[in-house]
Amino acid sequence: MWDALQLEFMRNALAAGLLVSLICGVLGTLVVVNRIVFISGGIAHAAYGGIGLGLYFGVSPALGATLFSVAISMVMGVASIKSKERADTIIGVMWALGMALGIIFSELTPGYNVDLMSYLFGSILSVPGSDLWYMVCLNLVVLLFVFYFYKELVAMSYDEEFSFVVGIPVRALYFALLGLISLSVVMIIRVVGLILVIALLTIPPFIAEKYTSSLGKMMVLASLLSMVFTLAGLWASYQFNLASGATIIMVAGVGFFLSLGIGAVAAPRK
Amino acid sequence: MEQALSHTTEPMPDVLYAMEFEGVCFSYEKTEVLKDVNFRLKQGEFLGIIGPNGGGKTTLVKLMLGLLRPDRGKIRILGQEPNAASRRVGYVPQSMDLSRAFPISVMEVALMGRLARARMGKRYTQEDEEKVRQVLEKVGMWEHRRKHIGKLSGGQKQRVFIARALATDPEILFLDEPTASIDPEFQVNLYDILEELNKRVTIVVITHDIGVVSSYMKSIACVNKHFIFHEGSHISQDMIDMAYQCPVELVAHGIPHRVLPSHKED
Repeated sequence: MWDALQLEFMRNALAAGLLVSLICGVLGTLVVVNRIVFISGGIAHAAYGGIGLGLYFGVSPALGATLFSVAISMVMGVASIKSKERADTIIGVMWALGMALGIIFSELTPGYNVDLMSYLFGSILSVPGSDLWYMVCLNLVVLLFVFYFYKELVAMSYDEEFSFVVGIPVRALYFALLGLISLSVVMIIRVVGLILVIALLTIPPFIAEKYTSSLGKMMVLASLLSMVFTLAGLWASYQFNLASGATIIMVAGVGFFLSLGIGAVAAPRK
Repeated sequence: MEQALSHTTEPMPDVLYAMEFEGVCFSYEKTEVLKDVNFRLKQGEFLGIIGPNGGGKTTLVKLMLGLLRPDRGKIRILGQEPNAASRRVGYVPQSMDLSRAFPISVMEVALMGRLARARMGKRYTQEDEEKVRQVLEKVGMWEHRRKHIGKLSGGQKQRVFIARALATDPEILFLDEPTASIDPEFQVNLYDILEELNKRVTIVVITHDIGVVSSYMKSIACVNKHFIFHEGSHISQDMIDMAYQCPVELVAHGIPHRVLPSHKED
């Protein structure tokens, strides 16, 4: 492993893994407690439409994905409020349409040669230095947002109705959260790919929730767990020459089932 | 003539009333839940709302809080739009379905009550914490303040929600089935707290417990799509008929604790 760190791409991979872990722990906590896992999955997959559009119109795929996923997250947010009963259906449809759009526009792009697999499953080993700076900035934005509106976010996540009554702008916070999720999703796609985003957003907070007594502590623990999974997965993928994104998720999955097992042994159901 | 004129001039009572409903109708999709609700509630009242399940009790409270908007009609809370007034009211929700797993302590839940006064993006102040200590002590939950809310019993949790509503320093306090899961001992305690509070605060309680209704409340309303409201804590036969939609006799047990009026003997 140490000689691997002599390689620049390996150092970048490590930095990207840590930065993504931090954001996954913090935002993932809000995703889990607000039960917006499905919307987050929808945003991640629909983002592929943006990648296709970006390729076709000759702007960078990352920029395409960013703009597209922010736009679609707002539409999904509106759907989840206006049509509560069928929100999951509407989100599911946009999820699929986004992906279809991406596939068609990538095909239409002349001389298309971008590796589709790298978007689906991530390519942490080819994260360029410039992406790292974008990740640092996004981490700062997310941390500032959460720090500044901490008590409002806690209240909204715990009891939205009460928060609305006492005058917290729950709608605005909700859409801001969706916006940050879509920005982050584009970044997480770099590391684990859009198919695997959900695992990294949900598994660490799910485990952390059981061992913490406040949302802030849950965010910290989830971030740490995420770092452990990412680094362990990266190491395993290097050792055994496996796909990095999938290996990271496998490690997280093992952690998930271990925590379930420990939970079942430690606290038998009444 | 003079008389008639003074009758038509607007008497400017807006602020005197805790709430005013004028021809309020509300439907979910196609189901009509409330029809033509009209009433005015004076400040300082202690109103009990009874009615069958699905009769629109909770809908009524949500309209008062601005969580729902009426299809037709006008609602004024303390002379303002419900949304504008919502920071001046306290609310104890019925729902106990908030996540048990959510990592939050009793103290943090109670502090939420201070959000109506706290500034966005600022931490809670010492004053907020002091206020929350008082209300948690009042409901007997101060010693549990560090506990995870999910580990409490239903009754203890309800006490915390009551403390949270009190922490808002409300001018009107709404309680939706506050005694639903509370232990009987605290139930009496709760109504004593409310009675004391009622010296300064208008209180509106939705309840199934008709017995409690009459002994503590100043006035009673019954809602079952329509709304019947009488000032005075008298449960009339028409309320009971509407609430249960079959002839029900008002029976009082024992004279010392008579809470219901004696019924007509035919």
